[in-house]
Amino acid sequence: MNNHIVTSYDAEFAELDRATAEMGGLAEKLLADAFAALSRRDPRLAASAAASDGDIDRLERQVQERAITMIARRQPVANDLRHIFSVLKVAGDLERIGDLAKNIAKRALALSGETHPKPLINGLGHMTELALRQLKDVLDAYANRDGAKALMVWHGDAGLDLLYNSVFREQLTYMMEDPRTIGLCTHLLFAAKNIERIGDHTTNIAENINYLVTGVVLSDPRPKNDDTTSLLLRHRPMDAA
Amino acid sequence: MAALRAFVPPLAIAVAIVLAGVAGHFAGPLWGWGVAGLAAAGALASFWLATHPVSRAAAVPDQHPARSRGGDAWPWLALLSGIPDPALMLDSRGVVLGANPAAASFFPNGIGRHISLANRSPELLSAVEQALARGSAQSFQVRSVVPVERTLVGQATPLFGQQKLEPTEPALLLVIRDHTAEHQIAEMRADFVANASHELRTPLASLKGFVETLQGAAKDDPVARDKFLAIMALQATRMSRLIDDLLSLSRIEMREHVPPTDRVALAPVIADVVAALRPLAEKANIVVEVVQGATLLGEGVIVLGDRDELAQVAQNLIQNAIKYGRLGGRIEVAISRRADRAQLSVKDDGIGIAPEHLPRLTERFYRVVPKDSRERGGTGLGLAIVKHIVNRHHGVLDITSKPGEGSVFTVRLPLA
Ligand SMILES: Nc1ncnc2c1ncn2[C@@H]1O[C@H](COP(=O)(O)OP(=O)(O)OP(=O)(O)O)[C@@H](O)[C@H]1O
Ligand SMILES: [Mg+2]
Repeated sequence: MNNHIVTSYDAEFAELDRATAEMGGLAEKLLADAFAALSRRDPRLAASAAASDGDIDRLERQVQERAITMIARRQPVANDLRHIFSVLKVAGDLERIGDLAKNIAKRALALSGETHPKPLINGLGHMTELALRQLKDVLDAYANRDGAKALMVWHGDAGLDLLYNSVFREQLTYMMEDPRTIGLCTHLLFAAKNIERIGDHTTNIAENINYLVTGVVLSDPRPKNDDTTSLLLRHRPMDAA
Repeated sequence: MAALRAFVPPLAIAVAIVLAGVAGHFAGPLWGWGVAGLAAAGALASFWLATHPVSRAAAVPDQHPARSRGGDAWPWLALLSGIPDPALMLDSRGVVLGANPAAASFFPNGIGRHISLANRSPELLSAVEQALARGSAQSFQVRSVVPVERTLVGQATPLFGQQKLEPTEPALLLVIRDHTAEHQIAEMRADFVANASHELRTPLASLKGFVETLQGAAKDDPVARDKFLAIMALQATRMSRLIDDLLSLSRIEMREHVPPTDRVALAPVIADVVAALRPLAEKANIVVEVVQGATLLGEGVIVLGDRDELAQVAQNLIQNAIKYGRLGGRIEVAISRRADRAQLSVKDDGIGIAPEHLPRLTERFYRVVPKDSRERGGTGLGLAIVKHIVNRHHGVLDITSKPGEGSVFTVRLPLA
């Protein structure tokens, strides 16, 4: 039953994609909840968000074990091997994203008793929104093997970096103007840094999708900003359904 | 005989579902289909299937994955299309076998693949998993923030309890309903109160200060009195503008998840706005020039949109260009067509925006120089409103600026 074997091999690949999608969904929710917990000062939400990181870790181990079994049993070559390696890397980046988001949830827990400055929270909220958009687009691109969308995410990270720089500057100014806020602002500074790092891992995933689809590694540096700053506020993917 | 049996009962279900829908209508005036209705649909379907083992058995022997997907075993696809909310049929592995038209926008290209590749929200996936494992219906709620805020509620109903099925047989009915509007109402109200009270506190305190001065120290000083009254009038105007802007922001956010459907020609909308703002521009000695697409005079640029909202976008951008433009300068408003997009751009030769502020401008209350903007009567909500309108229109906002030389704000919208 040759046919049967092929089908189950396909099913194994489908299973890898399913687990990865599930990890992605958990990571998206963890990041959204972590920020919501921070801005609403909701310790319960913070705790439940932080706890969900365990599910992401568990899924990553599952993906790893499955991939290893597939490599051992099927001895895949070319495209199939590329697929398996890409999934492993994507799962690794999602696991890191989960860790970074959990870190924000923990800070939210630590800060739940404090009143925090509204403008600083607005900046973090904006960063979270942009990071979530990037993450959503990259996970959609992964599910649909959409190289063009992945490339768009790859370019889009520059916007998040720019935003991070601005938020960072604002937080420093705030601390200098009112040294009593240093303790609080330090937490927010780290939260911003975590979101910026989440953006980097999202970019890694975009690179992997591109590799998976085209077989070519993206290597040229991302475009730099000169003194004319241009910013694309992509509120919705251009090809949104 | 088997064919007849297979034919009649689904009709009965369809009627039952319609009745459930009507009942739901009376139970909850906002929504014709309460979650109770969804549950009833699922329960009825599984009840019928459980009590009609013959017709199901008749369908099973010749069942092949490809054909069951087409729905020749029992007409579940017809059943799905009778449900007004997005509804999908899954097999026992969680693979999507079919969907009704209402589900298409929620689950693009999902058929034939695991549900997680179309929607990966943990709440939905765990409801599907639990429903299949326990053989009982599970309801869920999903909140998402991007690309627009959305709240979905739904129910996963296993059709055959814990009965063992072929992997590719229809096993689970997933029905979803968009609950964004109800959720937003509650959320917006809280948001509005928080923002309004935060932003009104300062101007109110200063008004009170002036009142006290007028009652005391400046009681008999006509010069000071006139001066203070003028400032108070300005403050009061700003406060009422703030409330207007917050309300209009709330209104736009409420319907942000519902894309506009009217066909709107951009040129006349822009012409009206420019005409209305001309006096303001003249005060600053600024020339506002409207440049229309090289070929078609711009009339050809028609978008899917909401006329009032598009006018609000143009008004906020042009007003900013005047406010932050150069005295005696020039503003260029251009309408054009680029590939599959309409483009509106507003260019000024004013103070420009430093790069570190650029990514922040669309945040509520964000101002480059807060004091400066406040003195010009600004609330810092103009670009936040623009952002949400553009978002609702599935458009893109692009800001380019060189400090000291000017800025260009470009909005790209899908053509009608
Ligand atoms: N054309 C422009 N040139 C330079 N800076 C601008 C321009 N448009 C907006 N800005 C900056 O962006 C900030 C936010 O603009 P926004 O329109 O949201 O608020 P506002 O103009 O201050 O108040 P409002 O529009 O609510 O009256 C402004 O305060 C200003 O600093
Ligand atoms: Mg403005």
